[in-house]
Amino acid sequence: MIEINNLSKRYGALLAVDDISFSVEPGQVLGFLGPNGAGKSTTMKMIAGFLTPTAGSIKVGGFDVGEDPIQAKRSIGYLPEGAPAYGEMTPRSFLGFIADIRGLAGDRRRQRIDEVVARLNLQQVLDQTIETLSKGFKRRVGLAQAILHDPQVMILDEPTDGLDPNQKHEVRALIQAMARDKIIVISTHILEEVHAVCTRAIVIAGGRLLADATPAELERSSRYHGAVSLTTPQTPAVVEALRGLAEVDQVEIDPQDGRITAFPKQGRALFPVVSELIRSRSFPVDELALESGRLDEVFRQITLPAQVERARA
Amino acid sequence: MRSATMSIFRRELAGYFATPVAYVFIAIFLILAGAMTFYLGGFFERGQADLSSFFTFHPWLYLFLVPAVAMRMWAEERKSGTIELLLTLPVTMGQAVLGKFLAAWAFIAIALVLTFPIWITVNYLGNPDNGAILAGYIGSLLMAGAFLAIGSCLSAVTSNQVIAFIITVVVCFMLLLAGYPLVLDAFSGWAPQALVDGIASLSFLTHFNAISKGVIDLRDLVYFGLMIGGWLYACTIVVELKKAD
Repeated sequence: MIEINNLSKRYGALLAVDDISFSVEPGQVLGFLGPNGAGKSTTMKMIAGFLTPTAGSIKVGGFDVGEDPIQAKRSIGYLPEGAPAYGEMTPRSFLGFIADIRGLAGDRRRQRIDEVVARLNLQQVLDQTIETLSKGFKRRVGLAQAILHDPQVMILDEPTDGLDPNQKHEVRALIQAMARDKIIVISTHILEEVHAVCTRAIVIAGGRLLADATPAELERSSRYHGAVSLTTPQTPAVVEALRGLAEVDQVEIDPQDGRITAFPKQGRALFPVVSELIRSRSFPVDELALESGRLDEVFRQITLPAQVERARA
Repeated sequence: MRSATMSIFRRELAGYFATPVAYVFIAIFLILAGAMTFYLGGFFERGQADLSSFFTFHPWLYLFLVPAVAMRMWAEERKSGTIELLLTLPVTMGQAVLGKFLAAWAFIAIALVLTFPIWITVNYLGNPDNGAILAGYIGSLLMAGAFLAIGSCLSAVTSNQVIAFIITVVVCFMLLLAGYPLVLDAFSGWAPQALVDGIASLSFLTHFNAISKGVIDLRDLVYFGLMIGGWLYACTIVVELKKAD
């Protein structure tokens, strides 16, 4: 359990994190979303016990990070931004060092190291120095380090940054596999990732918490939620017909691919009406889709005002 | 508690030998120590069975070599970001500072032990007072430790290793010569006598010379102990303040 109360962090004149409160329960995968410089990393650094908050409190697993940092840090696995590691070490010696300092010994030490090496596919680079590894392997060494002691709480700052699509998929699968009874907090600016792994998303911009919802709820707040999009060779006629429907609020045409999107009026179901229209008028339609909502659009909508405000300040 | 310090100690010490830096350092230390003893110190010409011509030059040797070892200690951690990794592991700041310091000190101790041929030489040529030689080694190691503690604190001040090196050399040089006119003249004109005496008593050279002559005085040991402890304590504060910059 992570409990964060009225957390703030000030760097000189800049208020990097501004009065944030939330809590995370076991079983949740929490995604931190926000533009660069929003305060995501700063918040994670404070949870991990690296930065001292200017105000507010953080409790991890019942231990106050400020008052009982060692106990709190024991229950946390942390992947810092950029996955730093000692370049002159090999993954084998590096994981050995982490295991020692985390107090793993004997059979358990061997078993845990074997397990994370297998899970992150590090076998082939175990005896190569970390500085010679590719970005993807470095990131995986960082992840291995973070999950080595099988922590209750994992704070992963951009865990899939620099990975290729296959590796991203593997890391997401790993996060989902670990998620059952753990607390996982990841930061990302890849919105599809929120969809893929998170059970909950927090949007931060300008240091403030702007939204706290499930990815599906966020999508629902998109103006695209419930919209119907289609492509057809008879664009003008179809647009005309769509505009005539009582349920349609607005129709837009994508200038690039000619895709037509019809937005419903508040609370109206559009899809059945549109499909009925197509059938009755026999419009030739190549593609027809119900939009569930676009996270990127919601993201912009939520974060832009905060960024503008900060730029002005 | 203890094992975190030990883990850091082992990692750091292995880190020195994982790169050519350690071997270059040891080679240069041994060559310079030898050259100074024989050419500047006149080891043979003096015709005495002791190692004072060997120990005399250690402060000057350390003045440049120890800051070179110390400069990467925290500056490197900050530059590569590993400081964030290290300080979010379940270790206290004291354990981290102590583990890194002890590893660097052990590394210098290894270099110092490798000067043993000169001890064999002097025993082969005559009958030296081996107790005095041991005292000389202890004094030399203590002084290296004090330089190192200063260097570790100052390497936490900046993430630029060159700046860390230069500041450390200057501070060590001032402390080395604190008992000599070069430093004291800057104070004697205006400062009260008590302050001037105080500064003079901080001189590395005075305390080192006493030990290297074979006289281990408790006051000299306390002096070096306080120097090391004080600078390391300052180091924990500086790292805490500067870690996030």
